[in-house]
Amino acid sequence: MNAGMMNGTIAKLALQALLGRRRFYLLLAFPTLLVGLVALVTALVDGDAAFSVLPNLGYPLVLPLVAILAASSVLGPEVDDGSIVYLLSKPVNRYGVAFSKWLVALAATLVTGALPIFVAGLVTGHTTRSTALLVAAAVAGTAYSALFVAISAVTRHAVIASLMFVLIWEGLLGNLFTGVAWLSIGQWGLRVGHEVSDYLPDVVDLPYAVVASLLVTVVAVWFAGDRLRSFSLRGED
Amino acid sequence: MSTLVLDSASRWFGNVVAVNDVSLSIGPGVTGLLGPNGAGKTTLMAMMSGFLAPSAGHVTLDGKPVWRNTETYRQIGLVPERELSFGYLTGRQFVRANADLHRLPDAAAATERILEVVDMVEPAGRRLDTYSKGMRQRVKIAAALVHDPAVLLLDEPFNGVDPRQRMHLMDLLRRLGDEGRTVLFSSHILEEVERLARHIEVVVSGRHAASGDFGAIRRLMTDRPVRYAIQSSDDRALAAALMAEESVRAVSLRTDGLDVQVGDLGSFAVSLPGLARQHDVTLYELSPSDESLESVFAYLVAR
Repeated sequence: MNAGMMNGTIAKLALQALLGRRRFYLLLAFPTLLVGLVALVTALVDGDAAFSVLPNLGYPLVLPLVAILAASSVLGPEVDDGSIVYLLSKPVNRYGVAFSKWLVALAATLVTGALPIFVAGLVTGHTTRSTALLVAAAVAGTAYSALFVAISAVTRHAVIASLMFVLIWEGLLGNLFTGVAWLSIGQWGLRVGHEVSDYLPDVVDLPYAVVASLLVTVVAVWFAGDRLRSFSLRGED
Repeated sequence: MSTLVLDSASRWFGNVVAVNDVSLSIGPGVTGLLGPNGAGKTTLMAMMSGFLAPSAGHVTLDGKPVWRNTETYRQIGLVPERELSFGYLTGRQFVRANADLHRLPDAAAATERILEVVDMVEPAGRRLDTYSKGMRQRVKIAAALVHDPAVLLLDEPFNGVDPRQRMHLMDLLRRLGDEGRTVLFSSHILEEVERLARHIEVVVSGRHAASGDFGAIRRLMTDRPVRYAIQSSDDRALAAALMAEESVRAVSLRTDGLDVQVGDLGSFAVSLPGLARQHDVTLYELSPSDESLESVFAYLVAR
């Protein structure tokens, strides 16, 4: 996987698909609400309450949600309605298609997920903690977007499946069993962010968190490309 | 000059066999893939365009398999039945994206050239979601042709296209076939296929039912016995007159009309109006009782 895999035309079309659909407004609504909420709490409440919105709501919920929206927007509808054949009936490398679409989903996740978390953090005045969360969100956003692109390439129910991963696996079970942290993208990001500020938890080892994030990203993008290589049109008849 | 070959290709989905042991070879010129809805045409098309793995057998283009072979799309232009979901693009942007995906050296010029071929230069600046069905179909064809492929595959290209546009599309496909390209289109309408294709492949219930020159297949279809229900001003007089016709095999009177069994569809259709006039009978209604394409195909398969 390298920059040579990038297909400008596919990326451009993915971006147009992202911006051209109504889902895009939802993608803007989440970060806007988050920053608004943090600003409001900062104005009304003293102490740490405002910042704590970020590690409790922004990072574990808004970030994966925008990653799901972005990933499913760049690939989901085309796979669902089969119109991706228009892109795939071309001599273009399938791994390049997956890579390019993932890059667009990643960019959207960073801009509408990681960046607003950082901005909201700055509003509360905690610069170092905010930077730590930005790093964590960039790492997690990278792996999330790749994973969700892969899920979009496999199933029509990508949004549901991705939500279940975030809410049930990482959220519910992650809170009940500490061991889940080892298989939680959110925790890996936090561990990398911990290097910037002790405010973030360090449940797993740093090398593990880095390698696991990289591995999930590379394998997920490769897997999405492989699924596209075997993309099948089911006849209506 | 390219040849697409299916060698004992089958495809099943679970317990359902969609395509059953089909072997055929499609060469330059226009070929029609004819069959009723649900016969497996779309499945065949998907296998031929590399978007479905054959469960058994082989599908090759000039000897190379098409499944999981990205390079094969240098030779293939595909016009899927699927609607374009790129409504937010203009026709020109869509065709240009296709040219870019092929990494054509002069994509802009290729785009304009092919828009001209399909006669879509003027509306190319408008968004796809403002197009009529016929225009979308032509843009899809332009996108499939922009890299000058040797093989063009079209799945039900005339569905929902108005008659004038249909004529235009047919002329275009005929021209492409005359240029030596391998053009294959599927249809469930006999007249469509007959007007365009010199060579016809017929599939019924997933099986390859007939193959050959359209004249021969037309004869197979017209020679079969056909039943008609007729209502007229004087059924009995008409029945007597009909009985004298060589093409008529049987006539029976019903309370409200006639049932006629015809051996030769062509000559019966030609002689009926004259016959009625000659005997001063007015025809109120003439309807084939088993003229649905399915029954035509069923007859072909039963032979």
